[in-house]
Amino acid sequence: MTQLALVIDLNVCVGCHACVTSCKEWNTSGVAGFLSDENPYDKDPTGTFFNRVQTYEVGEFPCTETVHFPKSCLHCEDPPCVPVCPTGASYKRKEDGIVLVDYDKCIGCKYCAWACPYGAREIDEKQQVMKKCTLCVDRIYDQAIPEAQRKPACVVACPTNARLYGDIHDPDSEVSRAIRERGGYALMPEWGTEPANHYLPRRKGTVAVDADQVSRIDSPLNVDGRIPGTLAALIAEAQAAADPASAPAAGGR
Amino acid sequence: MHPAFSVIFLTTLIGVAQGLFLAVFAIDLVSYIGLSELPMPSFIVAGCAMSVLFAALGLLASFWHLGRPERAWRAATMWRTSWLSREVIVLPAFLASVAAYGFTYATGSVWSIPLGVLALIACIALFVCTGMIYACLRFLQEWASPLTLVNYFLLGCASGFTFATLLASLLAPAYTEVLATWSIGLTTVALAVRAAMLARNARLRPKSTVQSAIGVKHPKVQQKSQGAMGGSFNTREFSHGRTRGFLRSVKWAFLLLAFPLPALLLWLGASSGAAAVLALAFAVQYVGLLAERWFFFAQANHPQNLYYQAIS
Ligand code: SF4
Ligand code: SF4
Repeated sequence: MTQLALVIDLNVCVGCHACVTSCKEWNTSGVAGFLSDENPYDKDPTGTFFNRVQTYEVGEFPCTETVHFPKSCLHCEDPPCVPVCPTGASYKRKEDGIVLVDYDKCIGCKYCAWACPYGAREIDEKQQVMKKCTLCVDRIYDQAIPEAQRKPACVVACPTNARLYGDIHDPDSEVSRAIRERGGYALMPEWGTEPANHYLPRRKGTVAVDADQVSRIDSPLNVDGRIPGTLAALIAEAQAAADPASAPAAGGR
Repeated sequence: MHPAFSVIFLTTLIGVAQGLFLAVFAIDLVSYIGLSELPMPSFIVAGCAMSVLFAALGLLASFWHLGRPERAWRAATMWRTSWLSREVIVLPAFLASVAAYGFTYATGSVWSIPLGVLALIACIALFVCTGMIYACLRFLQEWASPLTLVNYFLLGCASGFTFATLLASLLAPAYTEVLATWSIGLTTVALAVRAAMLARNARLRPKSTVQSAIGVKHPKVQQKSQGAMGGSFNTREFSHGRTRGFLRSVKWAFLLLAFPLPALLLWLGASSGAAAVLALAFAVQYVGLLAERWFFFAQANHPQNLYYQAIS
Protein backbone atom coordinates (compact mmCIF):
# COMPACT_ATOMS: atom_id res chain seq x y z
CA MET A 1 0.00 0.00 0.00
CA THR A 2 1.16 3.45 -0.85
CA GLN A 3 1.19 6.34 1.58
CA LEU A 4 2.24 9.55 -0.07
CA ALA A 5 3.64 12.17 2.27
CA LEU A 6 5.91 15.14 2.71
CA VAL A 7 9.09 15.12 4.73
CA ILE A 8 10.11 18.59 5.80
CA ASP A 9 13.68 19.35 6.73
CA LEU A 10 13.67 21.95 9.49
CA ASN A 11 17.43 22.14 9.23
CA VAL A 12 17.15 23.59 5.77
CA CYS A 13 13.92 25.61 5.78
CA VAL A 14 14.73 29.31 5.72
CA GLY A 15 11.16 30.48 6.28
CA CYS A 16 10.77 32.18 2.89
CA HIS A 17 7.07 31.21 2.49
CA ALA A 18 7.64 30.21 -1.15
CA CYS A 19 5.71 26.98 -0.48
CA VAL A 20 2.82 29.01 0.96
CA THR A 21 2.47 31.25 -2.06
CA SER A 22 3.04 28.43 -4.52
CA CYS A 23 0.40 26.30 -2.77
CA LYS A 24 -2.08 29.13 -2.70
CA GLU A 25 -1.49 29.92 -6.35
CA TRP A 26 -1.91 26.34 -7.53
CA ASN A 27 -4.87 25.51 -5.37
CA THR A 28 -6.80 28.72 -5.87
CA SER A 29 -6.61 28.23 -9.63
CA GLY A 30 -7.65 24.60 -9.70
CA VAL A 31 -10.79 22.81 -10.78
CA ALA A 32 -12.01 22.61 -7.18
CA GLY A 33 -12.51 26.36 -7.06
CA PHE A 34 -10.77 29.25 -5.37
CA LEU A 35 -9.51 29.55 -1.81
CA SER A 36 -11.36 32.60 -0.63
CA ASP A 37 -9.78 35.58 1.07
CA GLU A 38 -11.29 38.45 2.99
CA ASN A 39 -9.74 41.94 2.90
CA PRO A 40 -6.69 40.60 1.04
CA TYR A 41 -5.30 44.10 0.46
CA ASP A 42 -6.85 45.80 3.46
CA LYS A 43 -6.65 45.94 7.21
CA ASP A 44 -6.86 42.51 8.90
CA PRO A 45 -6.46 40.34 5.82
CA THR A 46 -7.53 36.76 6.33
CA GLY A 47 -8.10 33.80 4.09
CA THR A 48 -8.01 30.10 3.46
CA PHE A 49 -4.63 28.43 3.21
CA PHE A 50 -3.55 24.80 3.02
CA ASN A 51 -0.08 25.51 4.22
CA ARG A 52 1.43 28.02 6.61
CA VAL A 53 4.97 28.69 7.71
CA GLN A 54 5.36 29.57 11.35
CA THR A 55 8.41 30.69 13.26
CA TYR A 56 9.58 29.65 16.70
CA GLU A 57 12.45 30.79 18.88
CA VAL A 58 14.23 28.04 20.74
CA GLY A 59 16.42 28.82 23.73
CA GLU A 60 17.06 31.93 25.74
CA PHE A 61 18.67 35.11 24.49
CA PRO A 62 21.47 35.31 23.45
CA CYS A 63 21.67 31.55 22.87
CA THR A 64 18.64 31.32 20.62
CA GLU A 65 17.86 29.46 17.47
CA THR A 66 15.15 30.30 14.98
CA VAL A 67 13.05 27.43 13.71
CA HIS A 68 10.87 27.96 10.67
CA PHE A 69 8.08 25.46 10.73
CA PRO A 70 5.86 24.77 7.71
CA LYS A 71 2.53 23.24 8.73
CA SER A 72 -0.14 21.58 6.60
CA CYS A 73 -2.34 18.51 6.79
CA LEU A 74 -0.15 15.57 7.77
CA HIS A 75 -2.31 12.95 5.98
CA CYS A 76 -2.43 10.88 9.15
CA GLU A 77 -2.46 7.12 8.74
CA ASP A 78 -5.11 6.93 11.47
CA PRO A 79 -6.82 10.26 10.84
CA PRO A 80 -9.20 11.26 13.67
CA CYS A 81 -10.84 13.79 11.32
CA VAL A 82 -12.29 11.13 9.00
CA PRO A 83 -14.55 8.89 11.14
CA VAL A 84 -16.24 11.89 12.81
CA CYS A 85 -17.45 13.36 9.52
CA PRO A 86 -21.23 12.80 9.38
CA THR A 87 -21.52 13.06 5.61
CA GLY A 88 -18.56 11.05 4.41
CA ALA A 89 -17.17 14.18 2.77
CA SER A 90 -13.87 13.60 4.58
CA TYR A 91 -12.17 10.43 3.49
CA LYS A 92 -8.81 8.77 3.17
CA ARG A 93 -7.94 7.31 -0.19
CA LYS A 94 -7.01 3.64 -0.14
CA GLU A 95 -4.73 3.83 -3.15
CA ASP A 96 -2.31 6.53 -1.95
CA GLY A 97 -3.32 7.47 1.61
CA ILE A 98 -4.21 11.06 0.80
CA VAL A 99 -6.89 12.52 3.11
CA LEU A 100 -9.36 14.56 1.10
CA VAL A 101 -12.60 16.52 1.47
CA ASP A 102 -15.35 16.16 -1.10
CA TYR A 103 -16.47 19.78 -1.41
CA ASP A 104 -19.76 18.71 -2.96
CA LYS A 105 -20.74 16.65 0.07
CA CYS A 106 -19.41 18.78 2.92
CA ILE A 107 -22.08 20.57 4.96
CA GLY A 108 -19.61 22.84 6.75
CA CYS A 109 -20.33 21.54 10.24
CA LYS A 110 -16.65 21.98 11.22
CA TYR A 111 -16.66 18.84 13.34
CA CYS A 112 -13.62 17.44 11.50
CA ALA A 113 -11.66 20.60 12.30
CA TRP A 114 -12.41 20.02 15.98
CA ALA A 115 -11.16 16.46 15.58
CA CYS A 116 -7.80 17.40 14.06
CA PRO A 117 -5.27 18.09 16.81
CA TYR A 118 -3.00 19.97 14.41
CA GLY A 119 -5.34 22.71 13.22
CA ALA A 120 -4.73 21.61 9.65
CA ARG A 121 -8.26 22.21 8.39
CA GLU A 122 -9.73 25.61 7.59
CA ILE A 123 -13.26 26.43 6.58
CA ASP A 124 -13.64 28.45 3.40
CA GLU A 125 -15.69 31.37 4.67
CA LYS A 126 -17.18 32.11 1.23
CA GLN A 127 -17.99 28.59 0.06
CA GLN A 128 -18.69 27.30 3.59
CA VAL A 129 -16.98 23.98 3.05
CA MET A 130 -13.96 22.53 4.81
CA LYS A 131 -10.60 22.82 3.06
CA LYS A 132 -7.20 21.35 3.64
CA CYS A 133 -4.04 20.23 1.87
CA THR A 134 -4.77 17.78 -0.95
CA LEU A 135 -1.11 16.95 -1.56
CA CYS A 136 -1.88 18.49 -4.96
CA VAL A 137 -3.81 15.41 -5.96
CA ASP A 138 -4.78 17.28 -9.16
CA ARG A 139 -1.14 17.72 -10.08
CA ILE A 140 0.85 14.67 -9.01
CA TYR A 141 -0.98 12.35 -11.43
CA ASP A 142 -1.35 14.83 -14.29
CA GLN A 143 0.18 13.22 -17.39
CA ALA A 144 0.09 16.58 -19.18
CA ILE A 145 2.87 18.11 -17.13
CA PRO A 146 6.53 17.05 -17.29
CA GLU A 147 7.25 14.12 -15.02
CA ALA A 148 9.78 16.02 -12.92
CA GLN A 149 7.07 18.46 -11.98
CA ARG A 150 4.47 15.91 -10.92
CA LYS A 151 4.99 16.83 -7.28
CA PRO A 152 3.03 19.03 -4.89
CA ALA A 153 3.39 22.71 -5.76
CA CYS A 154 5.13 23.45 -2.45
CA VAL A 155 7.83 20.86 -3.13
CA VAL A 156 8.55 22.28 -6.56
CA ALA A 157 8.71 25.81 -5.19
CA CYS A 158 11.02 25.26 -2.23
CA PRO A 159 14.33 26.99 -3.04
CA THR A 160 16.31 25.10 -0.39
CA ASN A 161 14.90 21.66 -1.13
CA ALA A 162 13.56 21.44 2.42
CA ARG A 163 10.48 19.59 1.24
CA LEU A 164 10.81 15.98 0.15
CA TYR A 165 7.88 14.09 -1.31
CA GLY A 166 7.25 10.41 -1.85
CA ASP A 167 5.87 7.13 -0.57
CA ILE A 168 6.79 6.50 3.06
CA HIS A 169 5.68 2.88 2.79
CA ASP A 170 8.35 2.16 0.21
CA PRO A 171 11.49 1.55 2.30
CA ASP A 172 13.77 2.57 -0.56
CA SER A 173 12.11 5.89 -1.35
CA GLU A 174 13.94 9.15 -0.75
CA VAL A 175 11.49 10.06 2.03
CA SER A 176 11.80 6.73 3.82
CA ARG A 177 15.57 6.96 3.72
CA ALA A 178 15.48 10.53 5.01
CA ILE A 179 13.20 9.53 7.91
CA ARG A 180 15.39 6.56 8.74
CA GLU A 181 18.80 8.13 8.40
CA ARG A 182 18.16 11.67 9.53
CA GLY A 183 15.95 11.16 12.55
CA GLY A 184 12.57 11.94 10.96
CA TYR A 185 9.81 12.38 13.53
CA ALA A 186 6.04 12.87 13.73
CA LEU A 187 4.18 15.76 15.37
CA MET A 188 2.25 15.16 18.62
CA PRO A 189 2.89 11.41 18.67
CA GLU A 190 0.94 11.27 21.95
CA TRP A 191 -2.39 11.10 20.10
CA GLY A 192 -1.61 8.05 18.00
CA THR A 193 -2.72 9.70 14.76
CA GLU A 194 0.38 8.40 12.96
CA PRO A 195 0.97 11.39 10.73
CA ALA A 196 2.32 10.42 7.33
CA ASN A 197 4.21 13.70 7.01
CA HIS A 198 7.44 13.73 8.96
CA TYR A 199 9.90 16.40 9.98
CA LEU A 200 13.67 16.21 9.97
CA PRO A 201 15.22 17.80 13.06
CA ARG A 202 17.52 20.77 13.29
CA ARG A 203 21.16 19.86 13.48
CA LYS A 204 23.63 21.78 15.63
CA GLY A 205 25.86 23.73 13.27
CA THR A 206 29.58 22.94 13.62
CA VAL A 207 32.37 24.75 11.79
CA ALA A 208 35.78 23.16 11.71
CA VAL A 209 38.49 25.73 12.59
CA ASP A 210 42.11 24.75 12.91
CA ALA A 211 45.00 26.56 14.49
CA ASP A 212 46.53 27.57 11.16
CA GLN A 213 43.44 29.59 10.28
CA VAL A 214 43.52 31.47 13.58
CA SER A 215 47.15 32.44 13.21
CA ARG A 216 46.65 33.33 9.56
CA ILE A 217 49.40 31.19 8.22
CA ASP A 218 48.34 32.14 4.71
CA SER A 219 48.87 35.87 5.25
CA PRO A 220 51.36 37.29 2.76
CA LEU A 221 52.95 39.19 5.62
CA ASN A 222 53.55 36.07 7.60
CA VAL A 223 57.07 35.19 8.56
CA ASP A 224 57.54 31.65 9.61
CA GLY A 225 58.71 31.13 13.13
CA ARG A 226 57.31 34.41 14.42
CA ILE A 227 53.95 33.02 15.30
CA PRO A 228 51.75 34.13 16.97
CA GLY A 229 51.24 37.82 16.45
CA THR A 230 53.14 37.98 13.23
CA LEU A 231 51.24 40.96 11.94
CA ALA A 232 51.40 42.95 15.18
CA ALA A 233 55.11 42.37 15.39
CA LEU A 234 55.64 43.58 11.84
CA ILE A 235 53.67 46.76 12.51
CA ALA A 236 55.62 47.50 15.66
CA GLU A 237 58.85 47.00 13.81
CA ALA A 238 57.79 49.37 11.08
CA GLN A 239 56.81 52.03 13.63
CA ALA A 240 60.12 51.72 15.41
CA ALA A 241 61.95 52.23 12.18
CA ALA A 242 59.98 55.39 11.34
CA ASP A 243 60.06 57.11 14.76
CA PRO A 244 62.36 55.46 17.31
CA ALA A 245 61.44 57.94 20.11
CA SER A 246 57.74 57.11 20.32
CA ALA A 247 57.84 53.46 19.48
CA PRO A 248 57.22 51.41 22.60
CA ALA A 249 58.51 48.33 20.94
CA ALA A 250 61.94 49.95 20.43
CA GLY A 251 62.63 50.09 24.18
CA GLY A 252 65.96 51.69 25.27
CA ARG A 253 64.37 54.40 27.44
CA MET B 1 -13.16 26.49 21.77
CA HIS B 2 -15.36 29.21 20.40
CA PRO B 3 -18.84 28.75 21.90
CA ALA B 4 -21.31 28.80 19.00
CA PHE B 5 -24.77 29.88 20.06
CA SER B 6 -26.38 27.52 17.57
CA VAL B 7 -24.88 24.54 19.39
CA ILE B 8 -25.56 26.05 22.83
CA PHE B 9 -29.25 26.40 21.95
CA LEU B 10 -29.37 23.00 20.28
CA THR B 11 -27.97 21.10 23.26
CA THR B 12 -29.93 22.96 25.93
CA LEU B 13 -33.25 22.90 24.06
CA ILE B 14 -33.16 19.20 23.25
CA GLY B 15 -32.11 18.60 26.86
CA VAL B 16 -35.31 20.26 28.08
CA ALA B 17 -37.34 18.32 25.50
CA GLN B 18 -35.84 15.01 26.63
CA GLY B 19 -36.21 15.71 30.35
CA LEU B 20 -39.79 16.87 29.87
CA PHE B 21 -40.67 13.74 27.93
CA LEU B 22 -39.09 11.56 30.61
CA ALA B 23 -41.12 13.32 33.33
CA VAL B 24 -44.37 12.98 31.43
CA PHE B 25 -43.80 9.37 30.46
CA ALA B 26 -42.75 8.46 33.99
CA ILE B 27 -46.03 9.79 35.32
CA ASP B 28 -47.96 7.99 32.61
CA LEU B 29 -46.22 4.70 33.44
CA VAL B 30 -46.66 5.06 37.17
CA SER B 31 -50.39 5.66 36.79
CA TYR B 32 -50.66 2.96 34.11
CA ILE B 33 -49.44 0.27 36.47
CA GLY B 34 -51.81 1.67 39.05
CA LEU B 35 -49.36 3.20 41.53
CA SER B 36 -51.03 6.58 41.33
CA GLU B 37 -54.19 8.14 40.07
CA LEU B 38 -54.50 8.98 36.40
CA PRO B 39 -53.27 12.45 35.54
CA MET B 40 -55.32 14.79 33.41
CA PRO B 41 -54.82 13.72 29.79
CA SER B 42 -54.23 17.37 28.93
CA PHE B 43 -51.04 17.26 31.06
CA ILE B 44 -49.56 14.34 29.13
CA VAL B 45 -50.58 15.77 25.78
CA ALA B 46 -49.36 19.27 26.58
CA GLY B 47 -46.11 17.80 27.90
CA CYS B 48 -45.54 15.92 24.64
CA ALA B 49 -46.44 18.96 22.58
CA MET B 50 -43.99 21.15 24.48
CA SER B 51 -41.32 18.47 24.26
CA VAL B 52 -41.77 18.31 20.50
CA LEU B 53 -41.66 22.10 20.33
CA PHE B 54 -38.41 22.32 22.31
CA ALA B 55 -36.81 19.56 20.24
CA ALA B 56 -37.94 21.22 17.00
CA LEU B 57 -36.47 24.54 18.14
CA GLY B 58 -33.24 22.72 18.92
CA LEU B 59 -33.25 21.12 15.48
CA LEU B 60 -33.79 24.53 13.94
CA ALA B 61 -30.85 25.94 15.90
CA SER B 62 -28.64 23.13 14.63
CA PHE B 63 -29.29 24.10 11.01
CA TRP B 64 -28.01 27.52 11.85
CA HIS B 65 -24.66 25.95 12.72
CA LEU B 66 -24.12 24.48 9.25
CA GLY B 67 -22.32 26.25 6.47
CA ARG B 68 -24.44 24.38 3.92
CA PRO B 69 -27.79 23.65 5.59
CA GLU B 70 -29.36 22.65 2.27
CA ARG B 71 -27.17 19.54 2.30
CA ALA B 72 -28.02 18.59 5.89
CA TRP B 73 -29.67 15.32 4.84
CA ARG B 74 -26.25 14.00 3.88
CA ALA B 75 -25.29 14.06 7.56
CA ALA B 76 -27.36 10.92 8.14
CA THR B 77 -25.09 8.76 6.00
CA MET B 78 -22.06 8.01 8.19
CA TRP B 79 -23.81 6.64 11.27
CA ARG B 80 -21.40 3.71 11.34
CA THR B 81 -18.53 5.88 12.47
CA SER B 82 -19.79 9.33 13.42
CA TRP B 83 -21.65 10.24 16.62
CA LEU B 84 -22.77 13.43 14.93
CA SER B 85 -24.38 11.42 12.17
CA ARG B 86 -26.07 9.20 14.76
CA GLU B 87 -27.46 12.28 16.49
CA VAL B 88 -28.75 13.56 13.17
CA ILE B 89 -30.77 10.32 12.86
CA VAL B 90 -31.85 9.94 16.48
CA LEU B 91 -33.04 13.53 17.02
CA PRO B 92 -35.82 13.39 14.38
CA ALA B 93 -36.64 9.85 15.56
CA PHE B 94 -37.08 11.14 19.09
CA LEU B 95 -39.19 14.03 17.86
CA ALA B 96 -41.42 11.77 15.79
CA SER B 97 -41.84 9.12 18.47
CA VAL B 98 -42.76 11.67 21.15
CA ALA B 99 -45.28 13.20 18.76
CA ALA B 100 -46.72 9.75 18.01
CA TYR B 101 -46.86 8.89 21.69
CA GLY B 102 -48.68 12.15 22.52
CA PHE B 103 -51.09 11.65 19.65
CA THR B 104 -51.97 8.06 20.54
CA TYR B 105 -52.36 9.07 24.18
CA ALA B 106 -54.75 11.85 23.20
CA THR B 107 -56.81 9.47 21.09
CA GLY B 108 -56.80 6.85 23.84
CA SER B 109 -55.11 4.24 21.66
CA VAL B 110 -53.57 1.14 23.21
CA TRP B 111 -50.43 1.93 21.25
CA SER B 112 -49.50 4.85 23.47
CA ILE B 113 -47.41 2.83 25.92
CA PRO B 114 -45.38 0.92 23.26
CA LEU B 115 -44.81 4.17 21.41
CA GLY B 116 -43.78 5.78 24.68
CA VAL B 117 -41.21 3.02 25.20
CA LEU B 118 -39.93 3.67 21.69
CA ALA B 119 -39.62 7.35 22.50
CA LEU B 120 -37.85 6.44 25.73
CA ILE B 121 -35.24 4.44 23.81
CA ALA B 122 -34.78 7.30 21.35
CA CYS B 123 -34.50 9.73 24.26
CA ILE B 124 -31.71 7.77 25.96
CA ALA B 125 -29.96 7.20 22.62
CA LEU B 126 -30.10 10.93 21.96
CA PHE B 127 -28.48 11.69 25.31
CA VAL B 128 -25.69 9.23 24.49
CA CYS B 129 -25.17 10.65 20.97
CA THR B 130 -25.09 14.25 22.12
CA GLY B 131 -22.67 13.51 24.93
CA MET B 132 -20.43 11.30 22.79
CA ILE B 133 -20.05 13.97 20.10
CA TYR B 134 -17.93 15.80 22.66
CA ALA B 135 -16.63 12.96 24.79
CA CYS B 136 -15.19 11.05 21.81
CA LEU B 137 -12.72 13.81 20.90
CA ARG B 138 -9.86 12.40 22.94
CA PHE B 139 -7.49 15.33 22.68
CA LEU B 140 -10.10 17.76 23.95
CA GLN B 141 -9.23 16.55 27.41
CA GLU B 142 -11.87 18.67 29.17
CA TRP B 143 -14.57 16.79 27.26
CA ALA B 144 -13.08 13.32 26.95
CA SER B 145 -14.69 11.87 30.04
CA PRO B 146 -17.84 9.92 30.95
CA LEU B 147 -18.75 12.91 33.11
CA THR B 148 -19.61 14.78 29.91
CA LEU B 149 -22.36 12.26 29.14
CA VAL B 150 -23.66 12.18 32.70
CA ASN B 151 -23.69 15.97 32.80
CA TYR B 152 -25.72 16.26 29.59
CA PHE B 153 -28.13 13.65 30.89
CA LEU B 154 -28.63 15.18 34.33
CA LEU B 155 -28.92 18.77 33.14
CA GLY B 156 -31.42 17.76 30.47
CA CYS B 157 -33.46 15.85 33.04
CA ALA B 158 -33.27 18.64 35.64
CA SER B 159 -34.45 21.36 33.27
CA GLY B 160 -37.10 19.09 31.71
CA PHE B 161 -38.48 18.14 35.12
CA THR B 162 -38.55 21.81 36.11
CA PHE B 163 -40.65 22.57 33.06
CA ALA B 164 -42.86 19.56 33.83
CA THR B 165 -43.39 20.94 37.33
CA LEU B 166 -44.58 24.21 35.85
CA LEU B 167 -46.88 22.35 33.48
CA ALA B 168 -48.26 20.22 36.32
CA SER B 169 -49.05 23.28 38.43
CA LEU B 170 -51.26 24.45 35.56
CA LEU B 171 -52.78 21.16 34.38
CA ALA B 172 -52.25 18.47 37.01
CA PRO B 173 -51.73 20.13 40.41
CA ALA B 174 -51.68 16.76 42.17
CA TYR B 175 -48.32 16.04 40.58
CA THR B 176 -46.70 19.43 41.23
CA GLU B 177 -45.10 18.49 44.49
CA VAL B 178 -43.65 15.12 43.45
CA LEU B 179 -42.28 16.61 40.22
CA ALA B 180 -40.77 19.54 42.13
CA THR B 181 -39.10 17.10 44.52
CA TRP B 182 -37.65 15.11 41.63
CA SER B 183 -36.58 18.27 39.92
CA ILE B 184 -34.78 19.55 43.02
CA GLY B 185 -33.17 16.14 43.46
CA LEU B 186 -31.96 16.00 39.86
CA THR B 187 -30.69 19.56 40.09
CA THR B 188 -28.72 18.67 43.21
CA VAL B 189 -27.15 15.57 41.68
CA ALA B 190 -26.40 17.55 38.52
CA LEU B 191 -24.60 20.15 40.62
CA ALA B 192 -22.49 17.45 42.22
CA VAL B 193 -21.54 16.04 38.82
CA ARG B 194 -20.83 19.48 37.37
CA ALA B 195 -18.65 20.28 40.37
CA ALA B 196 -16.79 17.00 39.86
CA MET B 197 -16.26 17.99 36.22
CA LEU B 198 -14.91 21.39 37.22
CA ALA B 199 -12.58 19.77 39.74
CA ARG B 200 -11.36 17.25 37.16
CA ASN B 201 -10.76 19.92 34.55
CA ALA B 202 -8.93 22.16 36.99
CA ARG B 203 -6.42 19.37 37.55
CA LEU B 204 -5.93 18.41 33.91
CA ARG B 205 -2.46 18.55 32.47
CA PRO B 206 -2.36 19.11 28.74
CA LYS B 207 -0.82 16.08 27.05
CA SER B 208 0.52 18.15 24.20
CA THR B 209 3.09 20.88 24.61
CA VAL B 210 4.67 23.28 22.19
CA GLN B 211 7.64 20.89 22.27
CA SER B 212 5.61 17.91 21.07
CA ALA B 213 3.72 20.17 18.65
CA ILE B 214 6.82 21.10 16.67
CA GLY B 215 9.07 18.30 17.86
CA VAL B 216 11.86 20.41 19.34
CA LYS B 217 12.95 19.05 22.68
CA HIS B 218 14.12 22.23 24.36
CA PRO B 219 12.52 23.49 27.57
CA LYS B 220 12.23 26.97 26.14
CA VAL B 221 10.33 27.29 22.87
CA GLN B 222 8.44 30.41 22.00
CA GLN B 223 6.30 31.10 18.98
CA LYS B 224 7.27 34.20 17.05
CA SER B 225 4.86 34.10 14.11
CA GLN B 226 1.93 31.96 13.01
CA GLY B 227 2.11 32.60 9.31
CA ALA B 228 -0.75 35.10 9.15
CA MET B 229 -1.24 38.50 10.73
CA GLY B 230 -4.94 39.14 10.31
CA GLY B 231 -6.11 35.97 12.04
CA SER B 232 -7.41 32.81 10.46
CA PHE B 233 -10.05 30.14 10.94
CA ASN B 234 -7.68 28.65 13.50
CA THR B 235 -7.67 31.77 15.64
CA ARG B 236 -11.44 32.28 15.37
CA GLU B 237 -12.83 28.77 15.84
CA PHE B 238 -10.73 27.53 18.72
CA SER B 239 -10.70 30.40 21.20
CA HIS B 240 -13.42 32.18 23.12
CA GLY B 241 -11.61 35.51 22.89
CA ARG B 242 -12.58 36.56 26.43
CA THR B 243 -10.57 37.26 29.52
CA ARG B 244 -10.02 34.76 32.31
CA GLY B 245 -12.06 37.04 34.54
CA PHE B 246 -15.02 36.84 32.19
CA LEU B 247 -14.75 33.05 32.14
CA ARG B 248 -14.71 32.96 35.91
CA SER B 249 -17.81 35.18 36.11
CA VAL B 250 -19.68 32.90 33.71
CA LYS B 251 -18.71 29.93 35.85
CA TRP B 252 -20.08 31.46 39.03
CA ALA B 253 -23.14 32.71 37.16
CA PHE B 254 -24.09 29.22 35.98
CA LEU B 255 -23.22 27.63 39.31
CA LEU B 256 -25.78 29.98 40.85
CA LEU B 257 -28.40 30.23 38.09
CA ALA B 258 -28.60 26.60 37.00
CA PHE B 259 -28.59 24.98 40.44
CA PRO B 260 -29.38 26.58 43.83
CA LEU B 261 -31.55 29.44 42.60
CA PRO B 262 -34.01 27.32 40.55
CA ALA B 263 -34.04 24.71 43.33
CA LEU B 264 -35.09 27.40 45.79
CA LEU B 265 -37.71 28.77 43.40
CA LEU B 266 -39.02 25.24 42.75
CA TRP B 267 -39.46 24.70 46.45
CA LEU B 268 -41.17 28.07 46.89
CA GLY B 269 -43.37 27.55 43.84
CA ALA B 270 -44.39 24.01 44.70
CA SER B 271 -45.21 24.78 48.31
CA SER B 272 -47.29 27.81 47.37
CA GLY B 273 -48.63 26.39 44.11
CA ALA B 274 -47.75 29.61 42.30
CA ALA B 275 -47.19 28.87 38.61
CA ALA B 276 -45.46 32.23 38.12
CA VAL B 277 -42.71 31.25 40.57
CA LEU B 278 -42.26 27.90 38.81
CA ALA B 279 -42.08 29.67 35.47
CA LEU B 280 -39.39 31.88 36.93
CA ALA B 281 -37.59 28.78 38.20
CA PHE B 282 -37.52 27.33 34.68
CA ALA B 283 -36.46 30.62 33.10
CA VAL B 284 -33.64 31.10 35.60
CA GLN B 285 -32.44 27.53 35.17
CA TYR B 286 -32.53 27.77 31.38
CA VAL B 287 -30.45 30.95 31.41
CA GLY B 288 -28.10 29.17 33.79
CA LEU B 289 -27.83 26.27 31.35
CA LEU B 290 -27.00 28.64 28.49
CA ALA B 291 -24.15 29.95 30.63
CA GLU B 292 -23.14 26.41 31.57
CA ARG B 293 -22.95 25.36 27.92
CA TRP B 294 -21.06 28.50 26.96
CA PHE B 295 -18.54 27.70 29.65
CA PHE B 296 -18.38 24.05 28.59
CA PHE B 297 -17.18 25.14 25.15
CA ALA B 298 -15.00 28.01 26.25
CA GLN B 299 -13.14 25.91 28.80
CA ALA B 300 -12.06 23.27 26.30
CA ASN B 301 -8.53 24.02 25.19
CA HIS B 302 -7.77 22.56 21.79
CA PRO B 303 -4.18 21.38 21.23
CA GLN B 304 -4.13 23.21 17.90
CA ASN B 305 -3.93 26.43 19.92
CA LEU B 306 -0.29 25.54 20.59
CA TYR B 307 0.35 26.59 17.00
CA TYR B 308 -1.44 29.92 17.46
CA GLN B 309 0.22 31.56 20.45
CA ALA B 310 1.72 34.66 18.84
CA ILE B 311 0.93 36.71 15.77
CA SER B 312 4.31 38.24 14.97
S1 SF4 C 1 -3.39 16.44 10.01
FE1 SF4 C 1 -5.47 16.78 10.76
S2 SF4 C 1 -6.69 17.03 8.90
FE2 SF4 C 1 -4.79 16.05 8.27
S3 SF4 C 1 -5.22 13.85 8.32
FE3 SF4 C 1 -4.31 14.39 10.31
S4 SF4 C 1 -6.05 14.81 11.63
FE4 SF4 C 1 -6.83 14.86 9.52
S1 SF4 D 1 -17.14 20.16 7.86
FE1 SF4 D 1 -17.53 18.88 6.05
S2 SF4 D 1 -15.79 17.49 5.95
FE2 SF4 D 1 -15.83 18.34 8.03
S3 SF4 D 1 -17.00 16.92 9.28
FE3 SF4 D 1 -18.47 18.45 8.54
S4 SF4 D 1 -19.27 17.60 6.63
FE4 SF4 D 1 -17.43 16.41 7.12
